Amino acid sequence: MNEIHCRINGTDYTFSFPGERRLLDVLREDLQLTAAKEGCGEGECGACSVLKDRRVVNSCMIPVAAVEGCEIMTLEGFRQTPEGRCIVEAFSDSGAVQCGFCTPGMVMAAASLLFENPDPSEVQIRTALSGNLCRCTGYDMIVQGVRLAAERGRGLW
Amino acid sequence: MKERISSPVRRVDAYEKAGGYARYIADIPFDHLLYGKLVRTSIQRGRITGIALPDLPEGYRFISEGDIPPGGVNQINMITSDWPVFTTGEVRFCGQTIGLLVGPDRQVLHELHKAVAVTYDIEEGSSTIEEGLACRGGAFVGEDNIYVEHRLKKGDPDAAFSQADRIIEDVIETGFQEHVYMEPQGITVEYSNGQLVFHASCQCPFYIRKAVAPSVAMNLEDIIVHQVTTGGAFGGKEHFPDIIASALAVAAVAIQQPIQVVFERREDISYTPKRHPSQIIFRTALDRNNRIIAMDVDARINAGAYQSCSAVVLQRTMFSANSVYDLPNVSIRGRAVATNTVPSDAFRGFGAPQGIFAAEMHMSHVARLVGEEESEFKRRCFLKQGGRTVTNGTIHEQVLLEQMWQDISLESGYYEKLKSNPSGSFRGIGVSYYLHGGGFTGNGEQALIDSHVRLKGMKDGRVELLLSTVEMGQGLATTYRKIVASALGIDISRTIFLDPSTNRVPDSGPTVASRSIMVVGRLLQRAALQLKTCWDGTREETVEIGYEHPPWVEWNQETLQGDAYPAYSWGICVTEVEVDRASFEVETKGVWTIHEVGRAIDEQIVHGQVNGGVIQALGYASLEKLELKEGRFYQNTLADYMIPTSLDFPPVYSKLVENPYEYGPFGAKGLGELVFDGAAASFAAAVQHAIGRPVGRIPVTPEYIMELMSDE
Repeated sequence: MNEIHCRINGTDYTFSFPGERRLLDVLREDLQLTAAKEGCGEGECGACSVLKDRRVVNSCMIPVAAVEGCEIMTLEGFRQTPEGRCIVEAFSDSGAVQCGFCTPGMVMAAASLLFENPDPSEVQIRTALSGNLCRCTGYDMIVQGVRLAAERGRGLW
Repeated sequence: MKERISSPVRRVDAYEKAGGYARYIADIPFDHLLYGKLVRTSIQRGRITGIALPDLPEGYRFISEGDIPPGGVNQINMITSDWPVFTTGEVRFCGQTIGLLVGPDRQVLHELHKAVAVTYDIEEGSSTIEEGLACRGGAFVGEDNIYVEHRLKKGDPDAAFSQADRIIEDVIETGFQEHVYMEPQGITVEYSNGQLVFHASCQCPFYIRKAVAPSVAMNLEDIIVHQVTTGGAFGGKEHFPDIIASALAVAAVAIQQPIQVVFERREDISYTPKRHPSQIIFRTALDRNNRIIAMDVDARINAGAYQSCSAVVLQRTMFSANSVYDLPNVSIRGRAVATNTVPSDAFRGFGAPQGIFAAEMHMSHVARLVGEEESEFKRRCFLKQGGRTVTNGTIHEQVLLEQMWQDISLESGYYEKLKSNPSGSFRGIGVSYYLHGGGFTGNGEQALIDSHVRLKGMKDGRVELLLSTVEMGQGLATTYRKIVASALGIDISRTIFLDPSTNRVPDSGPTVASRSIMVVGRLLQRAALQLKTCWDGTREETVEIGYEHPPWVEWNQETLQGDAYPAYSWGICVTEVEVDRASFEVETKGVWTIHEVGRAIDEQIVHGQVNGGVIQALGYASLEKLELKEGRFYQNTLADYMIPTSLDFPPVYSKLVENPYEYGPFGAKGLGELVFDGAAASFAAAVQHAIGRPVGRIPVTPEYIMELMSDE
């Protein structure tokens, strides 16, 4: 069995279990990082979104072998950063949060977008969030939350 | 100047949720936790002839009817007790619980689950309303597969029909809808010192306690239910947690270790209740001036294999079957039909969306047939203050629909768009008018619930809110704290609201029926005003308040006559669409809404409810389709049961008008369901206008439009 090396929220890890285990299970069960949720287990809902080398991925679809040498950021790590604080505050102020189950994934999808495009249009925001399902909000206030994070975080991204 | 209560505050739960600190049931660790997986029936109807289990490794158990403790019964105590905890002989639907596999490793459980072999005598079953009514395979509820039937009469419909100049017949149908709360169903149970303790994602902690007690023959006080952060519910966590909890209760008593059941999404879509499909048949009598003189309505809902709350849902469908219209002579027949499908259950709107969709579409069909513009035709029949409902009750409040229409028709450009895009131009605009009665039907609050709330003033100047209605995403923790803080004249930071536990809080009733603000919020306001008179913030003081019925509300539950609801909330939705001439795909170009909910306790929360409710309803109207084959849904993932994404609909314009209600807190009425009730009809009406043909059912998919276009 090969060892898998990766960095999660700034800490280096070496895993020696089967590489086909899902990244989501390693995060939630082994590391007790439960901000990423399991909403469908099939890569459709985005509740399990985390950043892999600053790009959003569905951690339920990624075998841990696929993160060899990568930098993984979950919301537990991201919320400690200035960028993370900015999005969390902007979502809180804009009404982007209702039941909250999709929210950690939405925050990570928003982060991925803003890292790539610090000043996105509404269409670009809607496109970037389209892999993350929300059943409560109807999305408008989440879109506004991302806009607010872009505006407040000028220079951060 | 005093701050208006409606001015938004940051939601009290926003930061902990956005920051990923909030813990849902699957996030909470328990020592020595075992997992449970439900073994279910795989046929639609028949009898179980044998269950062959694989060899169970040490530490694994199969819990079934034989494990029910002495004195316990194999029944779940819901509104009725027809639904068994564990199926033994008779199979009524595909997905009934047979037993619960329990053990420490989920992968092993998964393998064991696949190896369970159940044999059956298979019988013919029914899936649709027509099949249920025809007793396909023989009736399994009474003689006729009807759980409940009601009739309503207003005026003298027989006499009016005999004088009709013209009679228009119509059939309107709606399909299943799955809740898709983003957090699947989940409960953890512990058993120690003779007490069962549930930690549940749920809407109604006291329902669970009541439901499971008979199956384990325990006193209610020895069953404790903690509601945990709940990731959406929409009605789907009103009764169904009772089903999981009952099996878990038996297992926990037998095994005496913590056990958790968290559904996978496929399991959740396949086997949890849905919105009732409906088929509503209209006969409408017109005089020679094309005015409606009578309407006959035959409403059927597909209730599925056990009754659950279908009798109450049926009442809402019937009471909503004239939408916002005051017609002189009406007869309404309603039937909840038993079929061999997953039992249908509560879903935001609770029967009203079906009734309102049907009424709105039928009225638009009649308008088209008599050559009148739909909004003009409908507005002539608007209910007004003092007007009469289909239960011969009175509209007590001022009705602002006409003023709301002046506003939203301008904002949406309704009349110009109607003119510039004639019927059949593949671009269309549609409108729906709707209402929702707040609270339980009739005197239900008084007769069935008798809710109580408690406020505990503390020595440190803070106040704790003790009640059982839950935060499930809709913002109740914030609105409740705002109500109490405002009534006491203190800052919201000095109020405390924790997720309820049945051993700490009085029963303020279930989190359902658009009652949480209007009815329970009012109790909190009254309790706060009382606390204010006897507490100075430096010592402990407790106030408990019970429900008081508005004196003018008169209701007879036997005859279903009188004021079905004490007050109504009102809405209008305008939707504009463009239909692709080749693919028949529909693009929604704009959505405009205006709502009257008394007074908003928090405008941001209200607009969030409007947006979420409208988009959920537009999904119902256009995308969300469940088809059955031999009692099993074809669609069982989020890849094939599609709910709206951020790209499917444009931003929703949302406006509120105030009309404070005397018996609501700060004037507030019901909100959460109203905002689902109307958008489907406005979407369907817009498509109808675009293609120039009547639309009679939802979801309006491209395939359905193609079917309509090929009918010449």
